[in-house]
Amino acid sequence: MLAAILAITIISGLFGLGLGWASRRFHVEADPVIDQINTILPQTQCGQCLYPGCRPYAEAIASGEADINQCPPGGETGIMALARLLGVEAKPLNPDCGEEKPKAVAVIDERVCIGCTLCIQACPVDAILGASKYMHTVIESECTGCELCLPPCPVDCIDMLVKKQTTGDWKWPRPEVASQFPATNPAITSGNHP
Amino acid sequence: MRNERLEQARNAGQHLHHFHGGLRLRHNKKISCELPLEQVPLPPRFYVPLLQHSGQEAKATVVTGEKVLKGDRIGYLGEAGRGCIHAPTSGTVKALARRPISHPSGMNGLCVVIEPDGLDQWKELHPITDWRKADPSLLRQRIRESGIVGLGGAVFPTAVKVDEASERGIHTLILNGVECEPYISCDEMLMREQPDSIILGARILQRAVGADRTVIAIEDQMGAVSSALKESVTRSGASDIEIVKVATIYPEGGEKQLIQVLTGLEVPSGGRPSDLGLLCQNVATATAVARAIAEGKPLIERIVTVTGSGISRPRNLVARIGVPIENLVDQCGGYTKDAARLILGGAMMGYALGSDGNPVIKAANCVLVLTEFDIRTPQPEMPCIRCGECARVCPALLLPQQLHWQISNQQWDDAGEYGLTDCIECGCCDFVCPSHIPLVEWFRFGKAEISSIASERAQAGVARQKYEAREARLTREKAERRRRMEEKKHALRDDAQRKKKIAEAISRARSRQDEEK
Repeated sequence: MLAAILAITIISGLFGLGLGWASRRFHVEADPVIDQINTILPQTQCGQCLYPGCRPYAEAIASGEADINQCPPGGETGIMALARLLGVEAKPLNPDCGEEKPKAVAVIDERVCIGCTLCIQACPVDAILGASKYMHTVIESECTGCELCLPPCPVDCIDMLVKKQTTGDWKWPRPEVASQFPATNPAITSGNHP
Repeated sequence: MRNERLEQARNAGQHLHHFHGGLRLRHNKKISCELPLEQVPLPPRFYVPLLQHSGQEAKATVVTGEKVLKGDRIGYLGEAGRGCIHAPTSGTVKALARRPISHPSGMNGLCVVIEPDGLDQWKELHPITDWRKADPSLLRQRIRESGIVGLGGAVFPTAVKVDEASERGIHTLILNGVECEPYISCDEMLMREQPDSIILGARILQRAVGADRTVIAIEDQMGAVSSALKESVTRSGASDIEIVKVATIYPEGGEKQLIQVLTGLEVPSGGRPSDLGLLCQNVATATAVARAIAEGKPLIERIVTVTGSGISRPRNLVARIGVPIENLVDQCGGYTKDAARLILGGAMMGYALGSDGNPVIKAANCVLVLTEFDIRTPQPEMPCIRCGECARVCPALLLPQQLHWQISNQQWDDAGEYGLTDCIECGCCDFVCPSHIPLVEWFRFGKAEISSIASERAQAGVARQKYEAREARLTREKAERRRRMEEKKHALRDDAQRKKKIAEAISRARSRQDEEK
């Protein structure tokens, strides 16, 4: 009897030490799920989700405070990815947060710009170049299309332009069932060169 | 493990193996093999597209009104071996115009419009006549400059493949003469009529990448080809070139399928033939290499099969890049009365063209004109009954029905895990599907979505880094400002110090006032 009690006490003590050591040795600083959520989010930092940036929104999702359908730039694809990661049901985008739009970039009308630097201060990813009383311009490849530079501009010289598709970024479209019934076969037209 | 596989791959062609699935299709090649090769005469205008490779358009290196000689470089992308485009004849650049460019999207792209001067005069050519002794890196450099791409239809830059092969070290060069897609016969005609240039190309490529031997794979149904190639090998005196006949099963000409047949090994998913010590090139690419080295001529022409029941006299033509397709059709006696559809590429993997005014491009192995009778009547798409036929014929050992389900439900990660990127878009699954589901269309869509999601993620990663860097900078600046304020306040706490500072400020203000006066 005594031997059994001793044995169990010693074993549980050893396991306790082991667990204690493991919890220190393999300690994880941040909640990895926040990072995982954050990588899915589009990093536009636009704030349409009602949080001040993508990371705060990721934290809110992880803590259960926010829903997964509040990110318009991420769109349906983003919601599906979040639902899959968190093992919850996907749902349509919350219309209060905005609607999914085609990706656009900000373009500054350089004839109108007065060089006030307000848009530079508003840009969350430093994608606007310029200095006080000098012309500003947007670095197209770095603009996330968050639209945060639009409201501060005092002369309203920034427009969001949807990127025009070229053969370089063309991709195969989703097959349509309707395309199975072409009214007529595309006829061979004669040469169309001048 | 890798060594074992390398050893087995070294014996490529000694024993033949099988690949999974595939289809035996009606060949339809004879009709275009009866007439000999013929050069297409100069058209009134060439339209040379600047996008003849995957990725972004090349930049034009000529301007309107400029005179060019045959073989002058007119387009360049700046990357190694990518997007080098040369003038198909001598003449004047009439315009840089957006026109249809024979792209599956049907969109317009920038073309260099050249009006020939009729002289067809080459630029100064610099052949490497002593290629047997030349430095391999010099040969590779020439391949890079000559705008050579895989002429089997995938148009992957040959220079990239060759550079990688020589870097990683390969033992066997495989020349792919297995033209398994119905109707297409351009490689067959090439092997019949110009075997010497293929053998020369093989020897040059072998030297450029440091391979020990070459295996030329052809189909068992190509009658005259085998003897023509064998005679040519004997003439050249090379002892390390072998001709291997393989059974004609579609899609045996696919790079990975052919390697599996020759070696019994699979190229690993996401891997390349160089993982097995192999380099695979199309036979037409080898001729282009031979021409680039031994004659100094860049790639400006290719053999195009013009065939189908919608063509009066089907045959193979040697066409310059940039000739409108209608010129080819005219040379073949024009369309028959019941011609209904114009396809670039073969019956299985080609795509419909909107107009025959489109130019010939480097990828154009075949111009196929079909009649209403040849085209499968459009059938309503039915739900998948999970019969498994598609999985039985898939040469990449995928599960098409599963992938279709995942793609239509936007489960991109799952589709990726199930090997969607290994799909070669051969169309076998499409062909056998009893529910008429356009599976290949779905897979192309799925692949495009997966790669665009990956590039969006990469962009998001950059944006996150920039955002975090900015946040860190703002916090740092704020802390700095606060520190300075504190310092100032601290300095003013002492009474004498404060009086001194005030006196200094007053004197500064006075001196400024004086200056203004």
